[in-house]
Amino acid sequence: MFGAGGGTSAYREIEETDLIVLWGSNARETHPIFFHHLLKGKQAGARMFAIDPRRTSSVAWADVWMGLEVGSDVALANAIGREIIAAGLCNTAFIERATSGFEEYKAAVEPYTLEHGEKLTGVKADAIRDLAHSYARADRAQVCWTLGITEHHNAVDNVFAIINLSLLTGHIGRFGSGLVPLRGQNNVQGGGDMGALPNKFVGGQDVEDPELRAMFEREYGRPLLEKRGWHLSEMFDAMEKGDLRAVYVLGENPMQSEADAKRTRRLLEGLDHLVVQDIFLTKTAEVADVVLPAAASWCESEGTVTSSERRVQRVRKALDPPGQARDDIEILAALARRLGTDWGAPTAAAVWEEVRRLSPWHGGMSYARLEALNGLQWPCPTDDHPGSPTLHTRLWDDPVTGPRAPFEVVHHAPPVDELTEDFPLRLTTGRRLDSYNTGVQTGGYTSPLRHGERIELSPEDAERLQMVPGEVVRIVSRRGSVEAPVKIDPGLRPGLTFMTLHFPDDVETNILTIDAVDPRSGTAEFKAAAVRVEKISVAPAAEPVGASTAERTR
Amino acid sequence: MDAVPMSFVRYVDLTIDGKSVRVPEGTTLLQACQSAGIETPTLCYAENLTPVNVCRVCVVEVEGARTLVPSCSRPAEPGMVVHTDSERVRHSRRLVFELLGSSVDLSTADPKYLADMARYEAVPERFDTGDATGHGAKATVQQPVKIDNELYVRDYSKCVLCYKCVEACGTDAQNTFAIAVAGRGFHATIATEFETPLPDSACVYCGNCIGVCPTGALMFKSEHDMREAGTWDESKQAVTDTICPYCGVGCTVQLHVQDNSIVRVTSPHDHDVTEGHLCIKGRFGFQFVQNR
Amino acid sequence: MDLHLIPGAVASDEEREAIDAAIGAAAPERHLLLPALHAAQAQAGWISPGALNHICARLSVPPAEGFGVASFYAMFATKRRAPRTVHVCDDIACRTKGAEAVCRSLEARFGPAGQDASGVNGAATWVRSPCLGLCEQAPAALVQRAGDARGDEAMAAATLEDLVLAVESGDARAAQRTVVPQTDAPRDPALRLLRRVGLVDPESLDAYRAHGGYAALRKALSMGPERTLREVTESKLLGRGGAAFPTGRKWEAVARNPVRPHFLVCNADESEPGTFKDRVIMEEDPFALIEAMTIGAFATGCERGFLYIRGEYPTATRRLERAIAQARARGWLGDNIMGEGVTFDIELRRGAGAYICGEETSLFNSLEGLRGEPRNKPPFPVNVGLFGKPTVVNNVETFANLLDILSSGGPTFASTGTAGSAGTKLFCVSGCVTRPGLYETPFGSTLRAVIALAGGVADGRALQAVLLGGAAGVFVTPDELDMPLTFEGTRAVSATLGSGVIMLFDDRVDLGDILIRIASFFRDESCGQCVPCRIGTIRQEEALHRLVDARQQGEGGTAREVTLINDLAMVMRDASICGLGQTAASAVQSALQKFPLDTFEAPQEAQ
Repeated sequence: MFGAGGGTSAYREIEETDLIVLWGSNARETHPIFFHHLLKGKQAGARMFAIDPRRTSSVAWADVWMGLEVGSDVALANAIGREIIAAGLCNTAFIERATSGFEEYKAAVEPYTLEHGEKLTGVKADAIRDLAHSYARADRAQVCWTLGITEHHNAVDNVFAIINLSLLTGHIGRFGSGLVPLRGQNNVQGGGDMGALPNKFVGGQDVEDPELRAMFEREYGRPLLEKRGWHLSEMFDAMEKGDLRAVYVLGENPMQSEADAKRTRRLLEGLDHLVVQDIFLTKTAEVADVVLPAAASWCESEGTVTSSERRVQRVRKALDPPGQARDDIEILAALARRLGTDWGAPTAAAVWEEVRRLSPWHGGMSYARLEALNGLQWPCPTDDHPGSPTLHTRLWDDPVTGPRAPFEVVHHAPPVDELTEDFPLRLTTGRRLDSYNTGVQTGGYTSPLRHGERIELSPEDAERLQMVPGEVVRIVSRRGSVEAPVKIDPGLRPGLTFMTLHFPDDVETNILTIDAVDPRSGTAEFKAAAVRVEKISVAPAAEPVGASTAERTR
Repeated sequence: MDAVPMSFVRYVDLTIDGKSVRVPEGTTLLQACQSAGIETPTLCYAENLTPVNVCRVCVVEVEGARTLVPSCSRPAEPGMVVHTDSERVRHSRRLVFELLGSSVDLSTADPKYLADMARYEAVPERFDTGDATGHGAKATVQQPVKIDNELYVRDYSKCVLCYKCVEACGTDAQNTFAIAVAGRGFHATIATEFETPLPDSACVYCGNCIGVCPTGALMFKSEHDMREAGTWDESKQAVTDTICPYCGVGCTVQLHVQDNSIVRVTSPHDHDVTEGHLCIKGRFGFQFVQNR
Repeated sequence: MDLHLIPGAVASDEEREAIDAAIGAAAPERHLLLPALHAAQAQAGWISPGALNHICARLSVPPAEGFGVASFYAMFATKRRAPRTVHVCDDIACRTKGAEAVCRSLEARFGPAGQDASGVNGAATWVRSPCLGLCEQAPAALVQRAGDARGDEAMAAATLEDLVLAVESGDARAAQRTVVPQTDAPRDPALRLLRRVGLVDPESLDAYRAHGGYAALRKALSMGPERTLREVTESKLLGRGGAAFPTGRKWEAVARNPVRPHFLVCNADESEPGTFKDRVIMEEDPFALIEAMTIGAFATGCERGFLYIRGEYPTATRRLERAIAQARARGWLGDNIMGEGVTFDIELRRGAGAYICGEETSLFNSLEGLRGEPRNKPPFPVNVGLFGKPTVVNNVETFANLLDILSSGGPTFASTGTAGSAGTKLFCVSGCVTRPGLYETPFGSTLRAVIALAGGVADGRALQAVLLGGAAGVFVTPDELDMPLTFEGTRAVSATLGSGVIMLFDDRVDLGDILIRIASFFRDESCGQCVPCRIGTIRQEEALHRLVDARQQGEGGTAREVTLINDLAMVMRDASICGLGQTAASAVQSALQKFPLDTFEAPQEAQ
């Protein structure tokens, strides 16, 4: 946001806010400990709106549920914004002092009246109005989101649409008022911060900025590429075109985690050379030419990770890695040596010192301080800096220091995978409390809560399709089909279905999902596929019943 | 930002064991004792939970009060004269330990409680009768261990009814409310509805109840099994702080490792992200690194 | 809240209907949990998982908490039970009238208490009960009927045959009455609190008005809240529930508290063994209580009142229900009382068998739909009471005094009784006495005088001991009968008026047996929250058993038990959370101190 890729608030700020908007996030199950903080805020009297197509366990805690159509988030945000403007509830002083582009924004959202918003989103105009007024009038307000916002073809627009609301009301840069994107994975924040993005060096520094690049070239003693690289979906496009022929995968299982699994398999199998470095022999590793067994970074090696509140924390070695598994740094150094560069035997601490030298955010974060203070939140440029629990406080300086925060004009764009007569149901995906991503890690323990993959249907659709709980049905999208047992969830509205990605060995949900990608973030639209659900109990007349049964239970 | 100070801190002067003590307003007597370097035994108190003051082991004598007062929850007031080592205080603390020791299996309790028992010269055996039957026989909370899932066991023979697990499952942390105190009096227990097994209950296996249990009544099944097999050995265990590998919240987990295996997971109570609490993945989801 | 209900448990249509009726059209809030549980129990005879699911779903209560609350109360069964349960009192007053022998006979006939009575096809069970508040008509019983329009019914002076009939058919033949000997001819003209008892139809508002009813409220409304408060303060009225706190001070503290709303609670959870005074007021003069509560609400700025009556008082409950309905219909409860723009209404709530709920903060928790566990004090109810708001909570008898205070003025009221104890006092006289019943005398009468009023020890026997103040009170010896029955007079001799219990034991009574029953009462009624009381009460009971056994068997070793009992008494008194634990050893201690140890050896005649 405004040049800093991180949430603006510390978790504990939500305990003292007045209004909580949980948008596209089932934090009760996906970020349970953050939800503890959220509930403290609720206990202290905060009002809570939950925006989610599904009536999830998080929604159950909200004062108001806004069950919008999948992929109508921009329309909803714009309708909220328009109502705030129309009702004269903007924070005019803040807008004038700290932002830019308000007039363009105002003009752009003008068509998003409450009525039009209701039509586009399915959310009642009264509820939109309620949220708009409550958000604008609250002394402090937090908007939190997760993959419900970002796993869309227009993910970045969704985020901009929400940021616009915070600028409209001044709910940014103050304790208790802010924007909280909850990261889906342990070190997504840290990965980006450390430069594992195609366009950034460590510390959010642009690779195409010649001055910055020069600094890194001095540090590394060699010239660096002048152009940004490819993000994940661009890499797959490059594989498709034959521009990318060799891939080195570290700690990722794209064979099962990518949308449109059939395409992913074809492209990975078609590479000239595939290297996988992982703690497991994943499905991706199974087709690799070289597999480098790695130590588990969180408990078999030293280092740091960065959380959703920009807090850098130490991970430590508690176990010796098994067999031939080696520390990631050690593997990389050995590889460098084979490629002709001797880095010696760098330690995590030494690598961290390099980060501190090069990043404007991490300079004050010595290991000693990180350990003594339970981590530090960036930016923390110097040894005497206390870290930054709240970001963008500068917007409240008078006059504002640094650049103004820009409104970004964005417009509603429905999901790419259109609903038609052949594919009349919306399939959305997400996580359950006890499982994680493709289940590679969570499959390791026995959870009493785990019941395998199921296609969740609304009671109305189940009745219409004459499907009963436990019945195995076929789910078909434009890209393929899978079979799964039915679960009926009264929290789903008619027309909406739900699956997870946790059990790809049993049900490969990503056969169904679409790899429509936001070109800016590289994230696929896992949240919105068009499907139909078919009964498979009626065996074709020519086929013996036994065969079909055998296939179903394979 | 406004130039108004965040808050005014007012101070309270009181006397504890003859010493003048000054503490910020709102400080509990327990905290005031701590600040004066006076050790106070506690059992149902935990810094990450709301004080319920049910165990009564932290009671102190306040001059002018008819009964002893629980220091964990009583705020210090100006002019209070407090005694923490009077005959009445020592008697109550000793008797509370004796009563617990006479009815509950404390064999796996945190050693600090056993040290406190010794400090107050508690002799729970005073209540033993030798006679196991008849209406004068000594009642205990002895009962079979509840093992109904693969993650943790509940041995209410070891339960001192400190309410901590109920608080951690409830509004102090998890807000799942899978357990509550049921029944009444000596036969009050921690229970799910109708004592239904955990897999049928609301339990989400965050294990935050285990994290606050002072006596080992709630225990990782792995620890329970190792103790049964005689292989549990805390002297061979090291504890390492690291960060949970799952979602992006970044919870600090403490891995208790014996023989290069994780045998238990906790989180520090004083950490402002977790406040000692985890979810099912952080608490139990470590197994994958050991399945390689 | 993301509620998780019990898988597969569905309420029957009848349960659902009964529960929905109890919850009504009001906002389904947690404080309706107890009424909803009552409805389920009354319909099915137990709280079934399906019923609990329905209640929890309606009220957004987690089932584990709902179960925790249901299992707290003796009148709720959380395991399937016969639809009819006969609760037979075997508590101390009834023991002096042969209750133990009756229970043994029932045991021989129907099998052990608490199980389905054999021979009645699973339709009935019988259980032993703590004091049912009918001590003047001992032995007492309560018939609890599920799915039966007759509801619950109390029995008094019940013979074995009556109880057998109740178990077998559900008919409660020996219906309870009210026994107030001073209202017999010649009627005592000085009666104040009992002035209408026996004269006025308790089910008629008009009859109540014809006998001076609602004059006090009208006067209060004309004087305004400030003057009303002043009268109460000047009356020097002290609370009659046992703690003797100045009512005026309590009311002023609530009236002046800026936090809103304020609540008014009448504590009618009369459960102290030997106590039945509040029952008599509620049964015989219910409008007086309603009028007094309305005055209290007006003076302290409360618009909502709760009357929490113990679950074992079916007659009083029915009378109060009718009285509240009539007052409401007349416009003397509701939005514009007596046309004066004053708003106040009363919700009647039944307890469900828990002595501890007579402790005011337990009562609040019970009303709020939580377990009836006491809260730590401070904060006190005048600051943080019901629903966390400033709350007036007073006993029934305390409220009943309000009418006289308003009618005759505070100073006049204060001139009755003694300097430290203003007004009159109700005494519950029971046990081995000629005319058991409820008596009213001005403060200052001696214990001897009140016993004489009741005709002295029955059957010309010698007095062995008097229990003063209830199970939480103290035993006094025949040498102590000249103590004045005032708050200050009893305090001076380390006794207490408690709830006004005067229970006589003649020389045939086995005091050891009585002590053990008192100890088992506290063990049974301890909520279990704090260690000193939860474990202390059971250890006290065990040690008393051993002490009495040792005496009876002529063994030594009693010194050890006495040491334990004394040690337990000290920790319970000093470190328990609430008055229950703090007084659980009081009667036992007084007996052990005042009577030689061999007293507790059972006399031959009682064997």
